Amino acid sequence: MQRDIKHELELYRRMRLIRRAEEKIVEHYGEDEMKTPVHLYIGQEAVAVGVCDALHPDDGVVGTYRSHGVYLARSEDVEGMFAELYGRTTGPGKGKAGSMHLAKPSAGLLMTSAVVGTTIPLALGIAFANRRKQNGRVGVAFFGDGATNEGVFWESVNFAAARRMPVLFVCEDNGLAIHSRREHRQGYRSISEVMRGFDFHVAHSDSTDPWEISKLTREMLARQREDGLPVFLHLECYRYVEHVGIREDRDFHLGYRRSEEFEHWWSRDPVNSARERLLESGVSADDLRALEARIEERLTRAVALARSAPLPTLDALWEDA
Amino acid sequence: MERTISYREAVNEAHVQEMERDERVFVFGLDVDDHKRIYGSTASLVEKFGPERCFGTPISEDAMTGMALGAALSGLRPVHVHIRVDFLLLAINQIANMITTAKYMSGGDLEVPLVIRAVVGRGWGQSAQHSKSLQSVFAHLPGLKVVMPTTPADAKGLLAAAIRDDGPVVVLEHRWLYDTKGPVPAGELVVPLGKARTLRSGRDATVVATSWMAVEALRAADLLASRGVEIEVIDPRTISPFDADAIVDSVGKTGRCVVADNDWSFCGFAAEVAATVSERCFGRLAAPVARIGWAFLPCPTSRDLENHYYPNAGQIVRAVETQLGVEPMGLEGVDFYTYENRFKGPF
Repeated sequence: MQRDIKHELELYRRMRLIRRAEEKIVEHYGEDEMKTPVHLYIGQEAVAVGVCDALHPDDGVVGTYRSHGVYLARSEDVEGMFAELYGRTTGPGKGKAGSMHLAKPSAGLLMTSAVVGTTIPLALGIAFANRRKQNGRVGVAFFGDGATNEGVFWESVNFAAARRMPVLFVCEDNGLAIHSRREHRQGYRSISEVMRGFDFHVAHSDSTDPWEISKLTREMLARQREDGLPVFLHLECYRYVEHVGIREDRDFHLGYRRSEEFEHWWSRDPVNSARERLLESGVSADDLRALEARIEERLTRAVALARSAPLPTLDALWEDA
Repeated sequence: MERTISYREAVNEAHVQEMERDERVFVFGLDVDDHKRIYGSTASLVEKFGPERCFGTPISEDAMTGMALGAALSGLRPVHVHIRVDFLLLAINQIANMITTAKYMSGGDLEVPLVIRAVVGRGWGQSAQHSKSLQSVFAHLPGLKVVMPTTPADAKGLLAAAIRDDGPVVVLEHRWLYDTKGPVPAGELVVPLGKARTLRSGRDATVVATSWMAVEALRAADLLASRGVEIEVIDPRTISPFDADAIVDSVGKTGRCVVADNDWSFCGFAAEVAATVSERCFGRLAAPVARIGWAFLPCPTSRDLENHYYPNAGQIVRAVETQLGVEPMGLEGVDFYTYENRFKGPF
């Protein structure tokens, strides 16, 4: 896979869309019209964009309560996302899902869950169905490093390896489970080291470049197709904002997060770095500004559309049960 | 003449016929393909349909239930089997947080055609962790159907209906029912979910009895008939959705209601039935609704304690007599738990 400007520009556009959509939430959250707990994806954009870039539209994906990034990387549906956050009938869950259960089966994002680890085994079932259909597609589960503390993670890993399920497990390791640091939660150095003991293809990366993550994902999926072993991607990343809510979480005196960590990741911020790379590659600043302006327009319109969309009628309480 | 087969054969026949009818159906779970085949209920499936449609799993109830959900969302129709309902508690997160919420939270986009079969209730010295029933736990969750077939025909017809249903269904089969026999049509049989069945008609009192307790209720009906008391025995068959009308109609006729649920009564299905009867039949009740259930304790092992823990036809007879205000009949020499004389364990 060779780098090409067009592809990189597209990856930047997707990351920028996610970043700015999240920042739009921050901008409007205080108005108290989006009455849904948000777990923002700011800082982790390269993971969703990189991995989803390598996927086929028919690969079945499941995610977590921190899935705005995966939702947009999979569907581009900012209008649906804001409608759901505003609790409107035009959202993909018709206002019954909210931020934590944002999903769009028609775009290959089947379910997301607010209970840590619970969607991981769904990827096994998706993979099983794909194998039955012999369609060559995989089941994909995104989950955080906190989910690797759950029993269901190990059950799922064991089964995937034992039965060679066509799954891609993506561990988004931001080092924090709510406010608990990795070293307090795991009795091993690295999840990818442990995973190498299973019959899995395992890769680790701390890249913030979606192109590199896409390339790595494609390579691993190619190996999966060759010998049938499942894939585990251990992708380190960083969450800038508090676990739930919109506040930038730089209260370093609280002890669970260190300023040097933040500085390290901020210096390699996925969105800023991608922009710099594009400028260095000869993309004009004007072209980038035009692309960014289109994103702003689209987001402003999406928010306005959502706010003017109908709220569910009370009869809807009993619908779709 | 109608054909007579056992409950285990009826369950097996439903699997075979539904798997023949619909290739999306597959059956999996711990030991479904071993030499014992879940008391024979999954016999011949792996031979007939191959290991992709009938396979055993690791002891990973949580992940395997999540896998069933993923498969159901991807166009298949899984039947996940557990030899003890107690093990399903390891999967309650998938059931309560995922399976039962998927359709609603997707605004109706997702359907979850999924069946969970589990064997419940009394075995042979099974003690506290191999003996539960838990229908009330499952029935408490919106979005989940719960069925408890008592007769072989219902075992076949309700399982077929559960497999064809587009939503998640928990099917609870009592261990002691596996050897009971009854008339079962050989061809396709689908018993609609959500419909109670009157097992015996009577004018004096209504006994609502689930699963094995329906067998006890029929025994009680024979005993009471010998003294001229006729009870109506209603088997709800489906715990959720609950066929309240069938029970209300019967109590409207008899004016008395005893609920014998195969479970603890406290906060249970028996309480739900009693509340419904109280709300809808209050003016017609000649006596307060009575509830009969297991002692509200973990199940003990020792046989005498076990017999004391589980109610039987004798308690149903006494409850009906109390409601009617008649002298208790003599039950000396009546042999209860006769099934125990045939069942020699160990499982």
